[in-house]
Amino acid sequence: MSEAPTSLDATKSLRFDSVGKIFPDGTEALADVSFLVQPGEFVTVVGPSGCGKSTLLRIASGLDEATSGSCEVDRSNIGYVFQDATLLPWRTVKRNVDLFAELHDVPEAERSKTVADAIELVGLSGFERHYPRQLSGGMRMRASLARSLVMKPPVFLFDEPFGALDEITRERLNEEALRLFAHEGFAGLFITHSISEAVFMSTKVHVMSARPGRIVASYDIPFDYPREPELRFDPAFAELSGQISHSLRGAHE
Amino acid sequence: MSANDQGLPPAADLAGGHQAVSAPSAPSRSRDWQAKIVPPILVFFGFIALWYGYARFLLDENGRKTALAYPHSVVSEFFGGAQGEQPWQLLSATWLTFIVALAGLLIAMALGVIFAVLMSQAQWVETSFYPYAVFLQTVPILALVPLIGLLFGFGLGARILVCVIISLFPIITNTLFGLKSAEKAQHELFTLHRASRMTRLMKLQFPAALPAMFTGFQISAGLSVIGAIVGGFFFGRGPRDLGNRILLYSNRLRPAEMIAAVILSALLGVIFFQFFGWAGQRLTRSWYKGDN
Repeated sequence: MSEAPTSLDATKSLRFDSVGKIFPDGTEALADVSFLVQPGEFVTVVGPSGCGKSTLLRIASGLDEATSGSCEVDRSNIGYVFQDATLLPWRTVKRNVDLFAELHDVPEAERSKTVADAIELVGLSGFERHYPRQLSGGMRMRASLARSLVMKPPVFLFDEPFGALDEITRERLNEEALRLFAHEGFAGLFITHSISEAVFMSTKVHVMSARPGRIVASYDIPFDYPREPELRFDPAFAELSGQISHSLRGAHE
Repeated sequence: MSANDQGLPPAADLAGGHQAVSAPSAPSRSRDWQAKIVPPILVFFGFIALWYGYARFLLDENGRKTALAYPHSVVSEFFGGAQGEQPWQLLSATWLTFIVALAGLLIAMALGVIFAVLMSQAQWVETSFYPYAVFLQTVPILALVPLIGLLFGFGLGARILVCVIISLFPIITNTLFGLKSAEKAQHELFTLHRASRMTRLMKLQFPAALPAMFTGFQISAGLSVIGAIVGGFFFGRGPRDLGNRILLYSNRLRPAEMIAAVILSALLGVIFFQFFGWAGQRLTRSWYKGDN
């Protein structure tokens, strides 16, 4: 503990410092992206499709390397929810949720309790023995969330996890992800192209431009947690969404 | 704080109406079953009728003795001994062929899976060995059999080798395909959590490969029986299995026995094939949605 006081948080937060990414084929995906996600923050990056948003998460998780700049985060335990639920079809819900703990050789006795808790937390109790193909898209996504929750990661990455769901399911899962956020207090980085999802979920929204992706505008979202579904119809919500939509349109050109 | 304190609604409400697929009810299942079993039976009787017609009206007494016997003479051959041979001759030959085919298949399964695993783990193994796997598949087994006999004798061991050669390729290719079938995102999960190569193989690639692996086993099961017959037939000596008998009966112009032996070979193949289809289904049906 001889380091500077801010570094206490550094193990639990995520920092991009002038991150750039150029793929081997010459495509420039990201240029000079810098921002910080701290514990208790839920930061969302909105941007047009193909702007390199997902690449940001892949760099944060270590699946990809930045070609310039740096990304600081403790990669020993990081939550990462993909666009697809990516459950293993031959495992039941329970065994899927158990997967990461199993890969980290957590003793069986400890696992069963945390697995049961995570399943309950996402509202999948009673479906432990179902196989993924027996579940709806929304339920699969819940199982995927529970799987990451088991490890209690201090940093949570979400790569458009609800993009493939219908609107009602998506909104409900937004509300639930927020409850998990309030409950677990992780540093959340969320990627989406839906403005209302971004505003509803986040403490902060960054707008990313088309390729190469760079942050063109940032907004603090002032609403208190817990946020109720009705917030979506609040004039202030609409005002903020309008502004973000405007900068997003600017970023598109 | 428990989940209910936070007001999480039960998941079923949130399923968005896409609930689990319901199983077909019992009566419709039995109707399916009838629809599957009745037409083949009708075809069978039609075929038998044609056979009787041909043997009765287009062949004379001599033809029936040397070319195509009546179906009922064939049936009596199943139980052996009609023309001075030992009773149960054919059934004991079938048993021997069964043992040869099964031994060959089991060896091919072990070798095939091991090769496929090695190929999936290192590209150079695949690059170096795959052409020879293809060679095994394309070499005319009929041409190879006499050579095998000369090299290894005409006993059961050499016949088992024929079975292994003929059934190895589908197991290798299907297992390899299966091992490579896990999705990229699933692999990335394992990468993120720093899974070892062994863990990745056992917990991701192997389970993902099971359906394809059993497809390979099933194809090879049928082939292995063919290998056992071909081996016995072309060796023409040594232990008396079905292939050996088929050659003997055709040389002696004994159509009833020969047809009985051919039918037994086919039945053996069907049993092998069906068994692996069934076993594969049992292992994977809870989670795998096949195309059928």
